[in-house]
Amino acid sequence: MIKSEHHGGWIICFSFIVALMLTAMPLPEWATNWRPAWVAMVLVYWCMALPDRIGIGLGWSMGLLLDVLQGTLLGQNALGLAVLAYFIIKSHQRIRMFPLTQQAFLICLLVSLYLFLSLWVRGIMGIPPDSWTYWMPAFTSMLLWPWLFIILRDIRRRYHVS
Amino acid sequence: MTVDHRQGHLESVRSALSVIIYPVQYLVDVPAKMTGWATESLVTHQLLLEKNERMQEEQLLLNSRLQKFNVLEAENQRLRKLLESSFKLSERVIIAELLAVDLQPFRHTIVINKGIREGVFDGQPIVDANGVMGQIIHVGPFSSTVLLITDPTHALPVQIDRNGLRAIAVGTGQSRSLQLEHLPNNADIQKGDLIVSSGLGGRFPAGYPVGTISEIVLDPAEPFAKVTVVPSAKLEQSREVLLVWPNDYARPHSEEDSFAVNL
Repeated sequence: MIKSEHHGGWIICFSFIVALMLTAMPLPEWATNWRPAWVAMVLVYWCMALPDRIGIGLGWSMGLLLDVLQGTLLGQNALGLAVLAYFIIKSHQRIRMFPLTQQAFLICLLVSLYLFLSLWVRGIMGIPPDSWTYWMPAFTSMLLWPWLFIILRDIRRRYHVS
Repeated sequence: MTVDHRQGHLESVRSALSVIIYPVQYLVDVPAKMTGWATESLVTHQLLLEKNERMQEEQLLLNSRLQKFNVLEAENQRLRKLLESSFKLSERVIIAELLAVDLQPFRHTIVINKGIREGVFDGQPIVDANGVMGQIIHVGPFSSTVLLITDPTHALPVQIDRNGLRAIAVGTGQSRSLQLEHLPNNADIQKGDLIVSSGLGGRFPAGYPVGTISEIVLDPAEPFAKVTVVPSAKLEQSREVLLVWPNDYARPHSEEDSFAVNL
C-alpha cells in the first residue's frame, strides 16, 4: 500500500546528483564565492514538497556526500543540512502557502543558518574564512530560488513524483 | 566531527564514500576534458610543426644540461662516500592529472585522478615541473585530494638555497604568496633568494624548489621579519602534477598503467 504511493525516486536522486555536480563545477576565480548552495536548495524543495518521504536522514546523508566531495570535515555540511531539513519539515505547511518572493527571503535566512553552522565548525577547527564573501551563497540562493522552485515543481508534476 | 578532526579514524569511511562521489567528479570534469581535446585536435598543421620544433630545441637544451647534471651527481656521490655520509638515492615519480573540480571556497585543495590503486598514500608530496605544490590529505580508490602549500593550514620546512638558512613556509590563503615564519630581523636574506624544501619534516623530499623571496619588511617594532615568498609551482595553471615516492616508502603495486620516470 505504502509502496505504491511512492514513485519517481530516481527523479529525486537525479536532482541531487545534478546539485552535487553544480557544486563541483569549476567557476572563474571571482565567482567561486558566489556559488549558490545547490544541494541545500534542492533539499529544501523536496522537504517542502514531500515531507513524508524526504527528511533529516536524507539531509544528513547528502551532507556527508557533500563533505566528501568538498573535502571538508566529515559532518560539517551534514549537520547544517540536517538542521535545515528539520526546520523545513516542522513548518512545511506554512512555507507552502508563502508567495515565491517571501519563500526566497526565507531561503536566504535558512541558507545563512546553514552557512553559520559551517562557520561555527570551521571556527572551532581554527580555519575561519577571511572575507565577508563567505555569506554570498545565501544571497545568490535567494535570487535563484524562484527559478529552481518552478523548474522542480514542473518536473515533479510531469513525472508524478510523490 | 571531532573524531574525524582529531584522530582520522573515519578516513576509511571517507575513502568508501569517495567511490560514490567519483562519478560526479568525473562527469563534471568531462566538459573541461572535451574542450582540451577539441583545441588539441583542431590546431593547424603549421602550429603543430612549430610546437614540435620548439620542443625539440628545448629537449636538446635540457639533454645537454642533464649530461652535466649526471657528471655532477656522480661526483657528489663520490664525495659523499669519501665523507662517509649517506646519500639519498633517486625518488620514484608518476604523473597524475587534475580533475577540473571546484572544492570548498577559502581552502586551497585540488583533486587528482590517482588513488590507492596506484599506490598513493596519505601525506604524499606533490610537485609540478617548477616546484613543490602540496601534499595528499585524503586518498580514495580512484582519486585523492591534495592540500596546496598556499592553504592557511599548510606549513612546509624549507631552507634558503644560497646559505642553507632554515625556515618554515606557511600558506597565507592567497594563491600567489607564502610567508616565512620566525626569521629574525638580522637574518641573512635577500629579495630574490631561492627557497628549497629542506626535507626536515620527513614528508617532503629535500631540494625541490618552493619559491623565491619577493618582499622583506623589516619593522624594528616586530621581533621577526615579514618575509613573503612567491611559490615557483604554477598552482593555478598546472593540469598535470607529479606524485613523488620518497625512498623509504613501498613502491606502487600496478606499474604497467602508470608512466614511471626515475629522476
